[in-house]
Amino acid sequence: MFELLSFGDSGWGDDLIIGALLTIRLALASLSLGLLFGLVLAMMKLSRLAPARWLAEAYTLFIRGVPEFLILLMVFFGTEKAVATVGQWLGFETTFEVPKFAAAVAGLSAIFAAYCCEVIRGAYLAVPKGQIEAGLAVGMSRWQIFQRIRVPQLWRFALPGLGNLWLVMLKDTSLAAVLAIDELLRVAKVAGEATRNPLLFLLAAGLLYLIMTAVSDHLRARMEKRLNRGMAR
Amino acid sequence: MGYQDIKYAVSDAVCLLAQDTTPASFAKYCPRYIDGILVTVELLLLSSFIGFFIGALVAVGRVSGGPSVRSLAWAWSYVFRGTPLLVQLWIVYFGLGSLGEEQLGVLWPFFKSGWAVGLAVLTINTSAYIAEILRGGLATLPPGQYEAAVSCGMSRGQAMRRILLPQAIRVAWPAYGNELILLMKGSALVSTITVMDLMGQTRSVFARGYAMETYAYSAVLYLLLALFLTLLLKMVERRLRVGGYP
Amino acid sequence: MKKTVMTLALLAATPAMAEPLRIATEGAYPPFNEVNAAGELVGFDVDIANALCAKMEAECVIVAQDWDGIIPGLTAGKYDAIIASMSITEERLQTVDFTDPYYSNFLVVVAKDGSGVTSENVKEYSVGAQRSTIAAVWAEEQMGTRGDLRLYDTTTASFADLEAGRIDAFVADYFPAVEWLKDNAGFSIAGDRIDIDDKIGIAIRQNEGELKDALNAALNGIIADGTYGEISTQYFGVDIY
Repeated sequence: MFELLSFGDSGWGDDLIIGALLTIRLALASLSLGLLFGLVLAMMKLSRLAPARWLAEAYTLFIRGVPEFLILLMVFFGTEKAVATVGQWLGFETTFEVPKFAAAVAGLSAIFAAYCCEVIRGAYLAVPKGQIEAGLAVGMSRWQIFQRIRVPQLWRFALPGLGNLWLVMLKDTSLAAVLAIDELLRVAKVAGEATRNPLLFLLAAGLLYLIMTAVSDHLRARMEKRLNRGMAR
Repeated sequence: MGYQDIKYAVSDAVCLLAQDTTPASFAKYCPRYIDGILVTVELLLLSSFIGFFIGALVAVGRVSGGPSVRSLAWAWSYVFRGTPLLVQLWIVYFGLGSLGEEQLGVLWPFFKSGWAVGLAVLTINTSAYIAEILRGGLATLPPGQYEAAVSCGMSRGQAMRRILLPQAIRVAWPAYGNELILLMKGSALVSTITVMDLMGQTRSVFARGYAMETYAYSAVLYLLLALFLTLLLKMVERRLRVGGYP
Repeated sequence: MKKTVMTLALLAATPAMAEPLRIATEGAYPPFNEVNAAGELVGFDVDIANALCAKMEAECVIVAQDWDGIIPGLTAGKYDAIIASMSITEERLQTVDFTDPYYSNFLVVVAKDGSGVTSENVKEYSVGAQRSTIAAVWAEEQMGTRGDLRLYDTTTASFADLEAGRIDAFVADYFPAVEWLKDNAGFSIAGDRIDIDDKIGIAIRQNEGELKDALNAALNGIIADGTYGEISTQYFGVDIY
């Protein structure tokens, strides 16, 4: 039975690994885009401009209440329609194609951003008031306070929350299987159907996910330790 | 009139009321959406209820069991939180289910039904998260409470049930609320194992015309459900606070 | 590698035109379109597509696309035509256009031998069908939206459930069902073939008259010169046009 999991042309072991690599790529791409977008959302939430705050608030409310699966399907089918509509509206025939991978990254990072902006906002506000006052007292400008006091500590306060969100997203990448992206879960399903042994392959996929989350968790713990070096707790 | 008929009657009644007030493209498929919501709500209520008890059991095992119970409880949380829900659903439905009637024997009626598999997996999955949340809640309690309870003559189980768990639940309630919303969103995945929940109905309606409105209506319905849950949780939270912590 | 679905470029005899014609198929519907052990798209639809391209002297690229997203992909311009055994339906005609039909399809109900299921009494049983297909629409009409109808993302998954005994019957297209029954003893077609006046055409975007005319002319061409009959006999033993 286990030769099915071997590497090479006769086994599916290498295909599973390739699928797992695609899963990691999907998650990393969504992480970077999601962080960027989350930062913008956090800035909107902290902004003094009320409409900006409302917009960001409405966005997070939407993402938090709608299933990830539905969001991915909406992005997947919606972006192409939207692009085509905008193209027609501007008067040119579009044959622009949104690749499946990009659609999945867009969807996953849109979800990540909604949760991540709360973490960033919380981390920004977690800097003790005394430090800000101390900054003002030594004559720093607002920008200097932002740059020298708030930002350097942002990462430290945000890391535990972001670590959790990363784990959530890593697991959410499995939804891409339903969009026919050849990530780990889809490869396992296809292999299971082809060899008529779905249990073996789905269990193997589960184990690989467990390894990925365990490694992520370990890395997060180490990073937290490093960042908190010299900090009184 | 069976349970199923009552559900259909409810959904027909709702749709009769909604007929003139909702857009035509919604009204046309209204009973399907509402049928779907009822399945989603049903799964959510059952899995969160049963999952809560399993989760409490696992949390207690984690903090006060013997070494083997402790590691079992740890593994339960670790495995079910460390793998995607969709993978868990597929392992049980497509994986274990593929063993068929001969090998599964008396368990077959369970594995045969997508609904039962969906309910079981959602329950187990949420129990792992609830266990973790309650464990966190238990950890915030001062150890003196447990000692005081035992010295009053309570057994370990009584101390847990009467003194520690109620307080842990109070502390953990907001986190539990978040988990409940996540469970509701996760339940949409049962549509991949042939369950006709709101997501399953949505996908079927979408397949008939590829209209983006279909997804929009479904999103609104999920949002309403989330809103309703949030309000409910807030109400319970207020009651929990009475006479307790600030 | 064997199973990963990859695109298959086909070069016609004459030099390439400005843009290759991009054709989508599903790749999970044997014997019409499937992926072989070498990872290539093969099957009746693929052979017909190649014959049409040769007739039109056009360069073609055939890509695989999952069924659920195959029409949205066409309207979004991911490809120019769908040759994937797609039924011409009123609902689809609102979004896309079709060429003349290139064969007719029938539906059948596949069930375990001796189960008592026929094409008339399906609503008393639990029945499977693939999501977004004409078989699913037919089953829905028979059973109502509240019958025990299970919808699957792929045909493979639904056949697996029929085999496991999760469902009593499965509504499928005639030719793939016959193909599946070859390898699966103990199952058979329940009742008669269901003629739902199901014509199979090539889907293209709306308002693309030029492409439509070219495809129709090529279709008539391969029927007239015997290419179509040859391909059909190779797969089904008869001319299915």
